[in-house]
Amino acid sequence: MEVMNSMLEDLRSNGRVQLVIGLFIGVGFGFLLQKGGVTRYEVIVGQLLLADFTVFKVMASAVITGMIGVHLLKSLGLASLHPKPGSFGSSALGGLIFGVGFALLGYCPGTIAGAVGQGSIDALVGGFCGVLLGAGLFAGIYPRLEEKVLRRGEFGDVTLPEILGMNSWLVVIPAVLVLIGLLLWIEEMGL
Amino acid sequence: MLDYLEMDLWSPYLVGAGIGILEVLAFLLSEKPIGCSTAFSRTSGMIEKAVRGPRVREKAYYRKFEPVVDWEVMLVAGIVIGAFLSAGLSGSFRPETVPAMWAARFGPEPFLRIAAAFVGGALLGLGARWAGGCTSGHGISGTLQLAASSWLAVACFFIGGIATAMILFGAGV
Repeated sequence: MEVMNSMLEDLRSNGRVQLVIGLFIGVGFGFLLQKGGVTRYEVIVGQLLLADFTVFKVMASAVITGMIGVHLLKSLGLASLHPKPGSFGSSALGGLIFGVGFALLGYCPGTIAGAVGQGSIDALVGGFCGVLLGAGLFAGIYPRLEEKVLRRGEFGDVTLPEILGMNSWLVVIPAVLVLIGLLLWIEEMGL
Repeated sequence: MLDYLEMDLWSPYLVGAGIGILEVLAFLLSEKPIGCSTAFSRTSGMIEKAVRGPRVREKAYYRKFEPVVDWEVMLVAGIVIGAFLSAGLSGSFRPETVPAMWAARFGPEPFLRIAAAFVGGALLGLGARWAGGCTSGHGISGTLQLAASSWLAVACFFIGGIATAMILFGAGV
C-alpha cells in the first residue's frame, strides 16, 4: 500500500499529467452524458416536470457506484473525502437560484458542455455565454455577499456520518439500499 | 463493440455506473471530485483578465479560484469532445437552435429561445457559484461523499427547477 501511495503522490503532484487526466475523465464523462440522453433539453425539462426520470436514474446509479467506490478508497487509505462547506445562505439560496436557471436553460454546467458537443446552438450561443456571465457576476458581488448572505446558517464541510457520529459504512449501506429501492419503485411505476 | 458505440442511447443505469467509476478514478488519480462550475468561474475570469488587464486577479474570488486553465477547465473541454464523439458515432450530431419541446410551447422563434437560454444560463452560473457547486459537484460528487452541504443544495436545485418548469410548461404536463 505504501508503494502505491507514493506512486499516487507522484501522479497527483505532476501538474501536466493532471491536466491530461482531467481531459480524459471529461471525455469519458461527456461521452456517457450524451449516450445517456441527459445532454438533451427535453430529457432535463422532462425530469423537472416529473414526466421522464432518466436524469434521476443516471444520477442515482452514479451516486450508488461512486459512493461505494469512493468510500472503499477511503477505507483502504487511497483517497480522502473532499466535502464542500455549506450554509443555508449559500447551499439553499444558491441552490434555488440554480434551480430556476436549470429549468429555464434546460441544461446544467456539465450537460451544457455536452449539449455544445452534440450541436445544440441554444446551449452554445445562449447558455454558455449566460453561465460565464453569471459566474463572473458572482465573482463581482462575492465580497459583499460573503459577509451578508453566504455565512448565514453555516454548518461547514460536515458529512452525514459525522453528524450522526457513525461509521461511514453504516450510512453508505442504508443510503445505497434506499436509492436502489427508489429506482425499483420508479421502474415499477413505469416512469 | 463498434455497434455498441454507435447506439443512440445506452441504459441510464449503465451510464450512471460508468460515471460512478469515473468519480472513483478522479478520486484515485487526482484526489479530486468531478465538478464543472468552477471551470466557468475561471474561464470568466480569464476573459475578464484579457479585457480589463491583470488587476482582475486581485478580486477576492479570483484569489480563491485563480483564473487559469486547471483540471476542471480541461474536464469541461473534455465533456465537449466526449459528447461530440458519442453524437458523431451514433449519427445524432445535428445543429439545433430551438428544441422541439420549447418550440411546441413558446414557438419556433430562435431569438426567444436564445434569450431564455442566456438568462437561464446566467442564473445557473450565478446559482452554482453561490451554492458552491452544480449538479456534478454537489449533485453527484458531493452526495456520494454524503456531504451535508450537497444534499441540501441538490434538494434546492430540484425544488427550484421543478417549480420553474411547472410554471413554464403548466403543471401536470
